[in-house]
Amino acid sequence: MKHVIYRNLTSNILRLGLILLLTFSTTVLAQDGDPAKGKTLFNTHCAACHKLDKAMTGPALRNVEARLSEDEGLDRDWLYAWIKNNSALINAGDAYANKIKDYDASAMNSFSFLSNEDIDNVLAYTAFVPEPTPGGGDDTPIVVPEPGISNEIILGALALLFALLAMALVLVNRTLKRFADAKGIAVAESEKGIPIWKAFVQNQFLVLVTSIALLLASGYFVYGYFMQVGVDQGYEPVQPIHYSHRIHAGDNKIDCKYCHSSARVSKTSGIPSLNVCMNCHKTISEVAPETLAEGQEYGVDYNAEIQKLYDAVGWDGRAYTGETSPVKWIRIHNLPDFAYFNHSQHVSVAGIECQTCHGPVEEMEIMYQHAPLTMGWCINCHRETNVKVKDNAYYTKIHEQLSKKYGVEQLTAAQMGGLECGKCHY
Amino acid sequence: MKTTLKITVVLVMLFTIVSCNKKTRRNYQYMPNMYQPVGYEPYQESDAFKGDMEAQLPVEGTIPRGYSLYEIEDTTEGYEEAKAGLESPLDSSAVDFARGKELYDIYCGICHGNKGDGQGTLMKREKILGVPSYDTRELTEGSIYHVIYYGLNSMGSYANFMSEEERWQVVAYVEKLKADLEK
Repeated sequence: MKHVIYRNLTSNILRLGLILLLTFSTTVLAQDGDPAKGKTLFNTHCAACHKLDKAMTGPALRNVEARLSEDEGLDRDWLYAWIKNNSALINAGDAYANKIKDYDASAMNSFSFLSNEDIDNVLAYTAFVPEPTPGGGDDTPIVVPEPGISNEIILGALALLFALLAMALVLVNRTLKRFADAKGIAVAESEKGIPIWKAFVQNQFLVLVTSIALLLASGYFVYGYFMQVGVDQGYEPVQPIHYSHRIHAGDNKIDCKYCHSSARVSKTSGIPSLNVCMNCHKTISEVAPETLAEGQEYGVDYNAEIQKLYDAVGWDGRAYTGETSPVKWIRIHNLPDFAYFNHSQHVSVAGIECQTCHGPVEEMEIMYQHAPLTMGWCINCHRETNVKVKDNAYYTKIHEQLSKKYGVEQLTAAQMGGLECGKCHY
Repeated sequence: MKTTLKITVVLVMLFTIVSCNKKTRRNYQYMPNMYQPVGYEPYQESDAFKGDMEAQLPVEGTIPRGYSLYEIEDTTEGYEEAKAGLESPLDSSAVDFARGKELYDIYCGICHGNKGDGQGTLMKREKILGVPSYDTRELTEGSIYHVIYYGLNSMGSYANFMSEEERWQVVAYVEKLKADLEK
C-alpha cells in the first residue's frame, strides 16, 4: 500500500495558484513559465554573473521583468532580444541597451540557444516568491536533537550520591557513638600493634625492592618526558581566520593540491595566498544555512570568518578596493632547521597521499599536527615504503642494480639510500 | 591537617604540569637556536621586507626565471585577440593527456566537472553556480589559455597555480574533453 500525503498535494496546488497569481499580477503580457525549470536554467547559464538579490558581474535579477516594465516601459520581447543577442541590440541603437552595456567591463554572453520558452521559465524563476509558510506550515522545522544525558552528568550524579552516602555514614557513626556514651557502654578498642610503616622500615629487603621499583618507574617517566621535548604532536593553535578543512576538503572534496599547489613542485607545501580563496569566495559570500548551523556546534560563525577574508583581501562585494592587510597564519608543521624535507619529492615523485603524514585533514575542523615529525617516525616510513619505480626512467638503472644486490623485488626507500645521514642532514 | 596540606601541594603540582601541556602552545625545545633557521623561511614575518613579510611579489617589470611574458591584456579585446591568434607551443608529441588530466582534475574539475560538462562537485552541491558545459561554448586553444591566465567573470586567475607548460597541457586536455562531449 502506498501512503499518500495529501498535505503536499494541497500545498502544490496552492503554490501553483500563487505562481499563477504572481505572474498575472506583475505583468499583463506575462506568459507563465515554470520556476523549477527556470531555476535549473538560471543556475546553469545565468548564475555565473547574476545573483537574484545581489549585484555581481551583472546586476541582481529578482523581479527583473516587473522592474523593467515599471521603470523603463520595456516588455518581455525586449528581454528576449537582449538575452539572445545583446550586441545586436546595442548595435541596432536601442537606447536602454546602450545605457546598460557598460555596467561591467566584460560584456554579456549571447544566449541564442535559449528558446523563448526557456527565457519564460527563467523569468518565472526570478519573479518566484516562495510560498510563505504560516506558523511553520508544511516545512518541517529544523529539529535540533536533544543531546542525550552525557557521561559527565551521570558521573557527577554518581559522585554526588557517594558524597551523600559518606556523609550519612559519618552522621550514623556519630549518632551511634552518642548513644553509646549516653548508655555508658565503653566501645572496645582494638589492641594496638606495630604501625605498618614501622614494620615496613624494619624490613630492609622490602625497602630495597620498593626503592628500586620507584627509581625505575621515575626513570621511565623522566625518559618519556625528555623524549617528547621538541615534539609538537597535537599542536592546535587558534588561527586568525577560522578555516575549516572539514568543509573544504571533506564535504566539498576540494583536492589538497588545489590550495597547496606548490606541494607538487617545491620544497614547501605553500600557504595559499588570498587570491586562491577568492577564486571561490568571490561568489560564495555566505555559507548555506545547514553549514551555518553546523558551525554553531563549534562555536564559529562561518559568515563572519568569510567577512574577515574580505577585509584582509580588500573586497567590497563587487571589486577590490586595494586596501589589503596580510593574514598572520600560525605555522603548525615545522621541521627543525637541521632537517631537510622536500614536499615535491614526496608528493609528485613518490606519490604519497597527504594524509599519510598529515592525518585525516578532511575531518579536521581545526587543523592540528597529526604526526610527531621525529626522526624515528621518518625512518620507520622509509624502511616500510617501497619506492615507486614504475614509469620513472630515473630509477630504472639503479633499481636493477640494487634489487640484485639486496635480492629483493621491490626496494624500500631505506635500501635506496633513505637512511643516509646526508640525505636529510647536511 | 598536615595530610590535607600535603595532598593539596601534590594536586597543585600535578595541575601545573598538566596545564603546561596546552594544545595551543608549542612544546619546549632543547636548543632553540639549532631548531630555528638563521636564513629567512618561506612566509616568515620579518621587518627586512616590505609589509613585514617574506612573501613578496616580483618587482614590477621583472619575471621569475623560467617564466615568459604573456603580453595579451585582460580585456574583452584581449580575449578576442587570444581566441583568434594565440597558439599552443606544445606539438602533438609533447602533449601528455595523463598529466593534463591530473592537473585538470585538481584545479578545474571541482567546478567544471571531471568530464567538462559543468557538473563539478561544487556545482552539484550548489556552492558555485553557472558553470557551463564546454560543448555549449565556442573555445579555441588561445581562448582557453587566456581564461586560465586571467579568469573570466566569476572565475579567478589560475596563472599562479600552474607553470606555463602545465597550463598548455591543461588547454590540450580541455580541448580533448570538449571533443569527447561533442561526440
